[in-house]
Amino acid sequence: MLKTTFFGKGLKNPLVLASGILGTGSDILNRVGKYAGLVTTKSIGPVERLGNKNPCVLEVAGGIINCVGLPSPGYLHLEEEIHGINTPWIASIYGHSVGDFVKIAKHVSGFNPDFIELNMSCPNTSDGMAFATNKDASIELVKEVKKTTKIRVIAKLTPNVTNIVEIAKSVESAGADAITAINSVGPGMIINADVKKPVLSFKTGGLTGPMIKPIALRCVYQIYENVKIPIIGTGGILTGTDAVEMMMAGASLVGIGSATYKEGVNAFARIAKELESWMKANGYKEVKELVGIAH
Amino acid sequence: MDQPKTCRIKRIVEENPLTRTYFLDCNMKISPGQFLMLWIPGVDEKPFVCSYSGKETGITVEKKGKFTEKLFMMKKGDLVGIRGPYGNGFTKKKNAIALGGGLGAAPIASLIDEFGCDGIIGAHTKSNLLFLSRFKKKVQYSTSDGSYGFKGRPTALLEKKLSEKKYDVVYCCGPEGMMKAVIEICRKYKVECEVSLERYMRCGFGVCGACACNDRLVCKDGPVFNSRQLSGMSDFGNKGMIKSGKKVPLSEYFAWRE
Repeated sequence: MLKTTFFGKGLKNPLVLASGILGTGSDILNRVGKYAGLVTTKSIGPVERLGNKNPCVLEVAGGIINCVGLPSPGYLHLEEEIHGINTPWIASIYGHSVGDFVKIAKHVSGFNPDFIELNMSCPNTSDGMAFATNKDASIELVKEVKKTTKIRVIAKLTPNVTNIVEIAKSVESAGADAITAINSVGPGMIINADVKKPVLSFKTGGLTGPMIKPIALRCVYQIYENVKIPIIGTGGILTGTDAVEMMMAGASLVGIGSATYKEGVNAFARIAKELESWMKANGYKEVKELVGIAH
Repeated sequence: MDQPKTCRIKRIVEENPLTRTYFLDCNMKISPGQFLMLWIPGVDEKPFVCSYSGKETGITVEKKGKFTEKLFMMKKGDLVGIRGPYGNGFTKKKNAIALGGGLGAAPIASLIDEFGCDGIIGAHTKSNLLFLSRFKKKVQYSTSDGSYGFKGRPTALLEKKLSEKKYDVVYCCGPEGMMKAVIEICRKYKVECEVSLERYMRCGFGVCGACACNDRLVCKDGPVFNSRQLSGMSDFGNKGMIKSGKKVPLSEYFAWRE
């Protein structure tokens, strides 16, 4: 019942491991892939990068705040990481310039991921959000990457813009095959009253988890009304009903990240089961029937 | 809330010139083998398995990197942050013996306190031996150079003990090579074995993936694993991930950690 397809790729369910969660190694991705339709790697960067110091992942009311900051062994080490992957996967990539993205996309394509996701919207580096907050920059980036690879390209967008629809239309016009919405919200900050300082090492961090679900739903809803390419709806999905709502807003697939907090990999099996129960109870036979019905 | 909770350093005990125990003014229920994330504001945050987890909470720290150097500069009454406890600790069973090698004696000491089992604490030489006056009858000490207690590796003393008495489980913490050897010894004597792993950590609660050892997360699935789980983890004793997420040979990983 949960089986679906995305650009012809058969998936066991519409759940997608969001980028940055649980890691990049093929062993852990294969473990998640037993329960998730698709898994996304941590973003693969141009050079080895350490990311930020701790504390960089903490709980806040309603979710998680993080400033992990894109640690990556660098794209030239991808083979060691991804060797033996046996589940449908999305290679998430990031760079500081269009040239970086192009170079990495070309290299990554050699490993035949099912999709390439452009992380053009990370809030935890000095220039991470540059592409997805600027219409022209996002168009150029998607165009150039599309020229480089035959693999389908997904643009991951940030909600931290005045008008996400404008960016969504831009990446669609530039040839993006799909959109992931949304990246983390904010950034936000926590201060410890006893220490009298911000707690996160980077001072600020992106917000995720149930608190951002209404923002994610709104973004997906608006994007769905304005573009034709499919959407991976990500942000605060914790239950099967959350996933249903996200698809009703217009998501073809549903990203899962912070739900692994407390529950680990089991979150995928539980959400899939809840989604199936909801569909049975409400007379739906295929997840595709749910997409966009809130409009 | 998984955010650092501030507490004061209550007491500092010098175990040897490079190792100190920090008792923290916090109220926390911790099982042997579970760990805390210790935050030094403005510096960094690192995982530590407790060496005292009963009436008092304490961690035993060896000075070996930037973080521990900072900690060694701190005094009684100074403010730190802690969160946790995290992870799965050791499973309590009857007829148990625990082995701690080097700084691995820290979690093992808390375990011997709580479980009341037999123990072995080993080090290269007497001046490195931890908790010499902490235990009475139940613990035997070993040194490689014979300067105190049994002369030889603690694993040799373990084999001796296993050949003398039937144990149901061996708990172990120490250098990964030693733990691998202990697993082999336990296989030979058909005894269950649980060991505690160490990897670089960020979140500590199973989200970020920094501490993955094959398909297991050391923070959430561990840090204590049994021999059956470890048999499916080829990185155990072989590989570890550094901060960038690059997987390197364990020798390189531990060199980087220092």
